[in-house]
Amino acid sequence: MADKIATRESYGAALVELAEKYDFVVMDADLAEATKTVKFKKAYPARFFDCGIAEGNMMSVAAGIATTGKTVFASTFAMFAAGRAFEQVRNSIGYPHLNVKIGATHAGITVGEDGATHQCNEDLALMRTIPGMTVVNPSDAVEAKAAVEAALNTEGPFYLRFGRYAVPVINDNADYRFELGKGVLLAEGSDVTLVATGIMVAMALEAKELLAAEGISARVINIHTIKPIDREILEKAAAETGAIVTAEEHNVIGGLGSAVAEAVGEICPVPVLRVGVKDTYGHSGTVPALLEAYGLTPSAIVDAAKRAVSMKK
Amino acid sequence: MEQLKLNALREAARKIRVGIIEGTHAARSGHPGGSLSIADILAYLYFEEMHVDPQDPRMEERDRFVLSKGHCAPALYATLAERGFFPVEELTTLRKLGSRLQGHPDMTLTPGVDMSAGSLGLGISAAAGMALAAKIDGKDYRVYTVVGDGESEEGQVWEASMFAAHYKLDNLCVIVDWNGLQIDGSVEEVMNPTPHDKKLEAFGFHVISVDGHDFDALKAAFDEAKTVKGKPTAIIAKTVKGKGVSFMENKVNWHGSAPNDEQYAAALAELNA
Repeated sequence: MADKIATRESYGAALVELAEKYDFVVMDADLAEATKTVKFKKAYPARFFDCGIAEGNMMSVAAGIATTGKTVFASTFAMFAAGRAFEQVRNSIGYPHLNVKIGATHAGITVGEDGATHQCNEDLALMRTIPGMTVVNPSDAVEAKAAVEAALNTEGPFYLRFGRYAVPVINDNADYRFELGKGVLLAEGSDVTLVATGIMVAMALEAKELLAAEGISARVINIHTIKPIDREILEKAAAETGAIVTAEEHNVIGGLGSAVAEAVGEICPVPVLRVGVKDTYGHSGTVPALLEAYGLTPSAIVDAAKRAVSMKK
Repeated sequence: MEQLKLNALREAARKIRVGIIEGTHAARSGHPGGSLSIADILAYLYFEEMHVDPQDPRMEERDRFVLSKGHCAPALYATLAERGFFPVEELTTLRKLGSRLQGHPDMTLTPGVDMSAGSLGLGISAAAGMALAAKIDGKDYRVYTVVGDGESEEGQVWEASMFAAHYKLDNLCVIVDWNGLQIDGSVEEVMNPTPHDKKLEAFGFHVISVDGHDFDALKAAFDEAKTVKGKPTAIIAKTVKGKGVSFMENKVNWHGSAPNDEQYAAALAELNA
């Protein structure tokens, strides 16, 4: 694995890189330094608009701009994009199906020391319930950049989830290709499938190695597109491995685990065990300590995988 | 204003009022009171002020309108129909399953509706976004939005106001429909927004207060707004809720209830007299 880099860094860089190829404007709510839209602000000041600390207004303003044919990126922390401004996203952007791309950074508990008020573990659940909303949670910097371009090439509202914390780059291979709505088969396996999203994808790959040492063959799938979810790859995984473990840096209610359980329950029911934040709030702390404390680790995935295997009929 | 034009505007407003009564009566629900209070404002905007083309509702250079107090959609629909965006006969499909005329405006369904709105506080922000887009593109279209006095209790109205002044959106004209009533009573009793003019001034608006039923006064206000540079304009339009149907005037219970058959007949008799 190469260097570690936060997906928010890649988001800011991608906006600059894609600025000449696509016509869009960027908005932020006094967090440009943190969301990394500051890179775009410096490179294209005439196309950047700070809305101040007023996220609800930002979303509705972005919608108004989008009615004139422009694509708008609206950025703030996930807590305020999906949480504070939920209703504006739903009614101003979602309902009229406007071209607003929500760049939400600082998602999940890897916000770290700022603690529970700023650690949004609910955004995937909230955004997934909005009809017509595409929801993407990239696993690394490479995927983050690809997701930004995919958002520009997709009609309608789009939620992009980025993290604050530097994570390993896992997709820096020459044949990497981002396909919206398609899960990525990262490793074959036959006993259980580890379905992961975001920063948990790298951990699922580690878990696969740990499981192999114990004689368990785990398939690993990266689900970057939470909505629309890739039902085909899930159906195949359920049918061929008979057990699934999901892993996400998000509440186990409403996010990837729920999306996978819903799909698998409808098309090929097998045990689905969910690794994630267990319906609780975050806490201040260093990121490694938090990941350990909240059970967002390769060993937690391993434990869940063993249980899932034991539940197979 | 010359008499001919004044007569035409009065007739347009009368027909809009008829359309409001037709729509809410057919729907057996809706918001006639606040719709009637903005009938003259909408008549002036769509028949005199705004550059729009019913044959080309999405014309790029058109002036835009956002009904931030979207529950008064019956007034907007009646105006658009009267202006030729769609058949007047369609007004009686209001709020019915399959109709293009939703309870609150839907830009994806109704020709001439520039923005979906109605959850209070959201429309004024969208209007500010449209005005900013015009600035970005160097276009000279103007953006109008009608906000309720009660709606102004929403914090987002003031976020949007700050935004509009900050970005010097002199192409934005916010009309406050000051009819003085909201669901739970008078606005002063429920959550007093006064002094509304001083607040808007403090937020950076050029503020004009007018009688919202006086076309000469409205003309003067909208003309003045166009001369203002570097800041948005707010027109505080003093209106009468239920205006034009005597038994509905200044009655809070007509905020959100539709006329029954008898009341419908009485209202139309008065409007057609």
